[in-house]
Amino acid sequence: MKVAVIQFPGSNCDLDTLHVLNDIMKIRADLVWHRCEDLSGYDGVVLPGGFSYGDRLRGGIIAAHSPIMREVKRMAKDGYPVLGICNGFQILVEAGLLSGALLRNSSLKFVCKWVNLSVVSLRSIFTNDLKRYSLLKMPIAHNEGRYFIEEGDLKELYDMDQIVLKYVDGDGRATDEANPNGSMDNIAGICNTEGNVLGLMPHPERASERILSPFGSDDGRSIFTSMIEYMRRR
Amino acid sequence: MVVSHSIFVDLTEDEIDKARKMLGRKPNDLELAMIDAEWSEHCSYKSSIPILKQLPTEGPRVIIGPGYDAGVVDIGDGYVVTLHIESHNHPSAIDPYGGAATGIGGVLRDILCMGTRPIALLDSLRFGNIEDSSHSRWLFKHVVRGISDYGNCVGVPTVSGEVEFDECFERNCLVDVVCLGLGRIENLVLAEAKHHGDSVILVGGSTGRDGIHGVTFASRVLTGKSETERSAVQIPDPFMKKLIIEATLEAVEKGHVRGLKDLGGGGLTTGLSEMAEKGGCGIEIELSKVHLREEDLSPIEIMISESQERMVFIVEQGHEGEVCRVFEKYELPYSIIGKVTDGGNLAVKVKGVELASIPAKILAKAPIIHRRSIEPDYIKNLREIRKPELPSDLSSILLKLMGSPNIASKRWVYEQYDHEVGIRTVVKPGQGDAAVMRLPKGSFLAIKADGDSKHCYIDPYNGAAGCLSEACRNLISVGAEPLAFVDHLQFGDPGNPEVFWTFSEAVRGLADYSRAMGLPCVGGKVSFYNEDKVKNTAIKPSPVIAAIGRIDEERWITTMDFKDEGDYVVIVGETRSEMGGSEYYEYIHGLVGGTVPQIDFLKEEKTLNVVKDAIRKGLVKAVHDISKGGVMVALAEMCISGGIGASIDCSKIPSHDLRIDELLFSETHSRFIMEADGTHIDELSRMMRDSDVVFSVIGRVGGDELEISYKGDKLMSIMVSDLRDRWSLSIPRCMGEL
Repeated sequence: MKVAVIQFPGSNCDLDTLHVLNDIMKIRADLVWHRCEDLSGYDGVVLPGGFSYGDRLRGGIIAAHSPIMREVKRMAKDGYPVLGICNGFQILVEAGLLSGALLRNSSLKFVCKWVNLSVVSLRSIFTNDLKRYSLLKMPIAHNEGRYFIEEGDLKELYDMDQIVLKYVDGDGRATDEANPNGSMDNIAGICNTEGNVLGLMPHPERASERILSPFGSDDGRSIFTSMIEYMRRR
Repeated sequence: MVVSHSIFVDLTEDEIDKARKMLGRKPNDLELAMIDAEWSEHCSYKSSIPILKQLPTEGPRVIIGPGYDAGVVDIGDGYVVTLHIESHNHPSAIDPYGGAATGIGGVLRDILCMGTRPIALLDSLRFGNIEDSSHSRWLFKHVVRGISDYGNCVGVPTVSGEVEFDECFERNCLVDVVCLGLGRIENLVLAEAKHHGDSVILVGGSTGRDGIHGVTFASRVLTGKSETERSAVQIPDPFMKKLIIEATLEAVEKGHVRGLKDLGGGGLTTGLSEMAEKGGCGIEIELSKVHLREEDLSPIEIMISESQERMVFIVEQGHEGEVCRVFEKYELPYSIIGKVTDGGNLAVKVKGVELASIPAKILAKAPIIHRRSIEPDYIKNLREIRKPELPSDLSSILLKLMGSPNIASKRWVYEQYDHEVGIRTVVKPGQGDAAVMRLPKGSFLAIKADGDSKHCYIDPYNGAAGCLSEACRNLISVGAEPLAFVDHLQFGDPGNPEVFWTFSEAVRGLADYSRAMGLPCVGGKVSFYNEDKVKNTAIKPSPVIAAIGRIDEERWITTMDFKDEGDYVVIVGETRSEMGGSEYYEYIHGLVGGTVPQIDFLKEEKTLNVVKDAIRKGLVKAVHDISKGGVMVALAEMCISGGIGASIDCSKIPSHDLRIDELLFSETHSRFIMEADGTHIDELSRMMRDSDVVFSVIGRVGGDELEISYKGDKLMSIMVSDLRDRWSLSIPRCMGEL
């Protein structure tokens, strides 16, 4: 069982993600350069955070047209787990694997801080190891993370239970104060209708070791644990 | 500027004459332009070198000290860290966004060209008064955004920093960036061309007209006309930089990179002549091979352009292909522009015709200038001032201080920086006195930058020593043992003997402190000509220190937040009436002058050691050094971070005959506040007594107020939430966001 961590020019959470998969989750993971056109042999894919192509034009759009994305789409279609973190989420949206768009933060500033997340859906294979409405602490670090979708499509997301994570306060309420970037309905992460593709702005790989958390937590692991569990069952 | 030749140079007639004598002939225009760049103050340190020699640079862990792109310190287990500090003051004053961004670009390359990966950035920023000046707010906002956009994109976390506001920086802001690198000792590469026949490869951005005359621009005072010198500010490209970082480290891994140099100030001229001089060889280059951004660049422009995101590789003959394949993977432009020769000259050719040939030794050895130095009159006048009236309402004074931009929370700044990428940041901005980074093999490194222009203005000797002391205290507070430091010395025009006196005094202060504490200086930078041309005054002397320390065990890592109800609050060190340059005098009373804090080196060493030992023995739960704003601000910050109050009897603070405001707000060095619980307080007290260090238990943690009494009389009691609001909302409010 092994996972591909895709490196685009400008990816910068690639080594962090690799470290967590290899050394913390103890699962085999390889770095795969974006020019590679064959992901056969891999059981899952992570598109890591960073600034692929320096966020030129807008976050994720150039990487969405990299040669490797054909393979990523194939794996998504075949039901393999595909996880997009931060810039990876932007790439998945630009590649059409997830719906909506990620706009400039409403503060017009980059924001880096720890947030509370509520697991509002267990539909995705990355959360089905968790309890509904459990709280996760993870950091965010982005400039373009304001999730937006047309009203009609938003309803569809709700209907299909595709909204996976929301920004909430310490009591689990999705308030305006708890919304760090102006995302519609405090949305922090969504999945596709099948539940095997997840995009999220927060960084689970930065929240998977107690020593790195101001709260002594390691909530980010649960996302990877669920992913690995699914790959094992598959 | 001298116009004796057909080109403009900043060299003096005397220097041109010296160059002619050294060369044994008249230099041609290209050679003169190269000498001009290389002999600029910025590149040559011609005024500062005689003074800088005082600084101790050796230590058991120092592998490479000053003189290279970055200092290298052995941290054991086969790893080294590299450390460097740079500023981009003049460019940032004109183009704050681009100037700040390229400043980071420069310091990243310095770390990278040692063969080490940049793992952390810190920023020391100085602006005018943001409460009153919209210009300073504009500079502040865009400098922070420039750092944010560049640092975040290259994927190097900005983990700490400091910001100071003072009117003297209104038209000459200071933008200092510190970078920390990490690498394997066997992968270290030096900026040397040692082997005749090796290839010289230029990698990265194309060469254009941006940054022409950047170094001579930096070696002059900014004027009203400086706006028109935007071409001297380089254009940042963090995406290209990210590719260069990855490609360089991958190329170094291949084992055939024998020399590496970033192109910064002085461009190709500086980069190549330094490598030739250090390696004892020559270099010959062919300018028609250099990849250009615009076609019609003259040889002079190519040789002194400071276009960003460029590196020069010296690659072992016969292995060029292996190295270039890495550049191709990252789609980085590169050109093989020449080779290392055995002559010792830097020779420049265009299509085979030699246009310049100068011994690298001449370029590297600018004539030293011995500057005159006179103690300024203002200093004497500032020493004797009348004490201000004792305010009746100390609570409102404390609240006002908490909102002073110099003391207020810098969250508005650091939330715009990605301080987590790289997953090494254990103690994050706002959590402790210094950032703590995780290293391989279970050890940790603490890093902090400090400066205090208000102290240095009144007394540059004690002020500068104090900056170094503060940096060390911050490292000690998080559980580290100081290992080394770098300094950035920022002053006005060195041709002014009064400015030069403040520079010499500051260096003497740093040298005395570092010798007394056995702490080596592993590098640094000097930035002169920081003057306000409208007011015709120099900035306040502004040495900025960045120091690193090692933490061997995770359990030693200590933060500043008060933790548990009922714990004891302990102060270490004696408080003296040293109010000069204090935030209390300047911000509350508008008073500049008095006696600045002085350091008793012997007491300082004992204090630092005993606090370090107390942390290592697990006797304390929180530690915070006392600096800006004195005891009161230190206590308030510990309460705010912990979300818990404290009650303090300030009559117990060790001191001799101080007025109450001096007791509460003096910024005397060598002091800490610590939190200890009931099971450890006796052992802690015993340890302090045995070490002959002054200390006192001054109160208890608990409640939701900070309560201060004096022998039973209540002086003030303020809700922690009120302190927090003042402290955390001040800067967003200044910036018009609330």
